[in-house]
Amino acid sequence: MTRAAETRAEPTLVVKGLKTHFFTEAGVVKSVDGVDLTVDRGEILGLVGESGSGKSVTGFSLLGLIDPPGRIVEGSIRLSGEELTTAAPKRLRELRGNRIAMIFQDPMMTLNPVLKIETQMVETLQAHIKIGHAEARARARDALGRVGIPSPEERLDAYPHQFSGGMRQRVAIAIALLHQPDLIVADEPTTALDVTIQAQILAEVQTLCRETGTALIWITHDLAIISGLADRVAVMYAGRIVETGAIADVVAHPRHPYTHGLIGSVPSRNRRGERLTQIPGMTPSFLSLPPGCAFAPRCARADEACGLLPELSDGPHLVRCFHPMDRGEPA
Amino acid sequence: MTAPRKTAENATRVPVISAHGIGMTFLKKQPGRIETWLRALGAPLAEPQGVRALDDVSIEVMKGEVVGLVGESGCGKSTLGRIIAGIMPPTAGSLRFMGKEQAEMSPLERYRAKVAIQMIFQDPFASLNPRKRVAEIIGEAPLVHGIVDKAGLSAYVDEIMLKCGIDPAYKQRFPHQFSGGQRQRIGIARALAVKPQFLVCDESVAALDVSIQAQVINLFMDLRRDLDLTYLFISHDLGVVEHIADRVVIMYLGRVVETAPTEELFANPRHPYTQALLANMPRISTGKQAFGSIKGEIPSPLNPPTGCHFHPRCPFATDRCRSERPALRALGPHASAACHLAEESAR
Ligand SMILES: Nc1ncnc2c1ncn2[C@@H]1O[C@H](COP(=O)(O)OP(=O)(O)OP(=O)(O)O)[C@@H](O)[C@H]1O
Ligand SMILES: Nc1ncnc2c1ncn2[C@@H]1O[C@H](COP(=O)(O)OP(=O)(O)O)[C@@H](O)[C@H]1O
Ligand code: SF4
Ligand code: SF4
Ligand SMILES: [Mg+2]
Ligand SMILES: [Mg+2]
Repeated sequence: MTRAAETRAEPTLVVKGLKTHFFTEAGVVKSVDGVDLTVDRGEILGLVGESGSGKSVTGFSLLGLIDPPGRIVEGSIRLSGEELTTAAPKRLRELRGNRIAMIFQDPMMTLNPVLKIETQMVETLQAHIKIGHAEARARARDALGRVGIPSPEERLDAYPHQFSGGMRQRVAIAIALLHQPDLIVADEPTTALDVTIQAQILAEVQTLCRETGTALIWITHDLAIISGLADRVAVMYAGRIVETGAIADVVAHPRHPYTHGLIGSVPSRNRRGERLTQIPGMTPSFLSLPPGCAFAPRCARADEACGLLPELSDGPHLVRCFHPMDRGEPA
Repeated sequence: MTAPRKTAENATRVPVISAHGIGMTFLKKQPGRIETWLRALGAPLAEPQGVRALDDVSIEVMKGEVVGLVGESGCGKSTLGRIIAGIMPPTAGSLRFMGKEQAEMSPLERYRAKVAIQMIFQDPFASLNPRKRVAEIIGEAPLVHGIVDKAGLSAYVDEIMLKCGIDPAYKQRFPHQFSGGQRQRIGIARALAVKPQFLVCDESVAALDVSIQAQVINLFMDLRRDLDLTYLFISHDLGVVEHIADRVVIMYLGRVVETAPTEELFANPRHPYTQALLANMPRISTGKQAFGSIKGEIPSPLNPPTGCHFHPRCPFATDRCRSERPALRALGPHASAACHLAEESAR
């Protein structure tokens, strides 16, 4: 079966019941504890949650980059129809950088400080396809141009330290795009950048996904970025997805009390000077999660029912809660 | 608007801080003895090389006002904040506190001014001594400054902790035993304990998670109401500034490019840089946002562009912009902008 036929048969990425646990001396840290995700061709999924909610571990799991004491203990990850959780390490290496790529918050996770940009890009290309040096260089130059690096021909001969933070991040994105992967996982890649530079990168990424059909997971703690960038959103809390749906729908009608509180706590122009919604308490430690709904200690709607673990509901706008907000309740 | 809210209008019109023509140049290398000596003798040496972090910056903060200071990384926000807080002397310009020129203050007046202006930093952890208990962190300065005596200290610390939303039962704990949001509250409590009039908050909520950030922003607003505080609120986050500030000052590469009351600035930005910032600021919305209306990198402050610093990125730049620095001009009763075309480019 050709790849095109496969992608028509199922979305680019289908994750079901993913559990990634870390077996530490202090106990088992269930950083990802039953995550379901799907991303279609050309679609942008925003994965949002506060620090420590398990976003990065989810991202690393998708690329098979979990090291001991961590391990994927359960679940399935299917990329363009191929199961990754049972794939051999060799197969995962073939896929990484080729069919699936990751962009990190710190571009130096991708870039080697002592190698010219050209060397790094040509090596990435030649690792996966048979291609001559001149052709590889030309493709590298095009990739740099596409992410908005001025005079890409000359920039190929520069070293990473000769670039600003924003330019380095663009180079990292260009490298991720070299093979037109099926899926890119971007983990807070603009968090350290200024507003105008962030906006340039968001614009470039949006265009590239539309044009190449690459599926994108954009991990961030910033709901505002997601609301302007993504098609769908998945909200993560304490290792689980608590709500997922079309971004406009979730922002306008959040159904999970946590999402509701999160949206209310973002300063916005129509409530200038008013008190912001406060979610009481703080994000829980993975080592002392309550047995049922992990949000219960901070939730105004919690009752005895919440002592059990709620399941993710069905439908296009899913929520993991026994007493979700009605669609009519304002965000 | 439901909450009663002080605005710049009903705040008393006394500048707590008035900085005029502030310049700050960080030298690449410190001058040697001979060079210093030659300069002192008036020898015609070339200007020393350095980063011009602030270039002729003037700013006033009225009593009871919250002024938001916005700009991209390296534009000089923290440097200005530190100068205003008296932590660092400027290399040019003058600074007045409650109308009094700093250079003319007696040692006692200078000391009082220093206590009256407190600074709260971004990283609550780095600024708290890890070996001291919370009670000591908060209680040390007011005891030294004679704001409270030994007998009253414990009750005073409790009172400040309660005001900042930390349970006084935790006063014997160390900083590492608190969450990020709680540590930021401890930093705020420490600053408030000396009864300041003016708080310089430098990215004080930037490191916090959204839900915790909301708690701390609410605390700042409560304290303003209850203690009649004045703020310089430094942030790169336009959403936070829009929420909390009465007036906004926008900086670009060491210069003030625009200032206006918050609502006016967000409704009618006059400087092309402000317009670009607002257009590209992520907002919670139900529609896709068109990002990326502004091209180019932020230039290095080591080698800033000639004329208007913004000209290499400005869609309206003319030859004049490349050679002549635009002055910060008044464009209304409360607003000013530094752009040759400010009148035309207003939306
Ligand atoms: N002690 C110093 N020595 C030399 N240069 C300095 C020093 N402090 C600041 N600078 C330079 O002055 C300029 C302004 O720095 P400042 O810290 O005020 O920026 P900022 O606007 O607060 O940026 P950010 O948003 O990144 O905090 C920068 O170019 C910086 O590198
Ligand atoms: N190598 C590791 N060993 C133990 N715990 C880990 C490891 N990596 C991550 N964790 C834990 O997993 C949880 C989720 O982390 P992470 O996915 O990085 O959160 P975020 O949502 O901020 O990206 C955290 O509690 C973190 O401490
Ligand atoms: S399941 Fe219960 S505790 Fe959890 S979010 Fe819903 S109402 Fe709150
Ligand atoms: S002075 Fe010229 S370059 Fe500067 S902002 Fe105005 S129009 Fe643009
Ligand atoms: Mg992370
Ligand atoms: Mg700073």
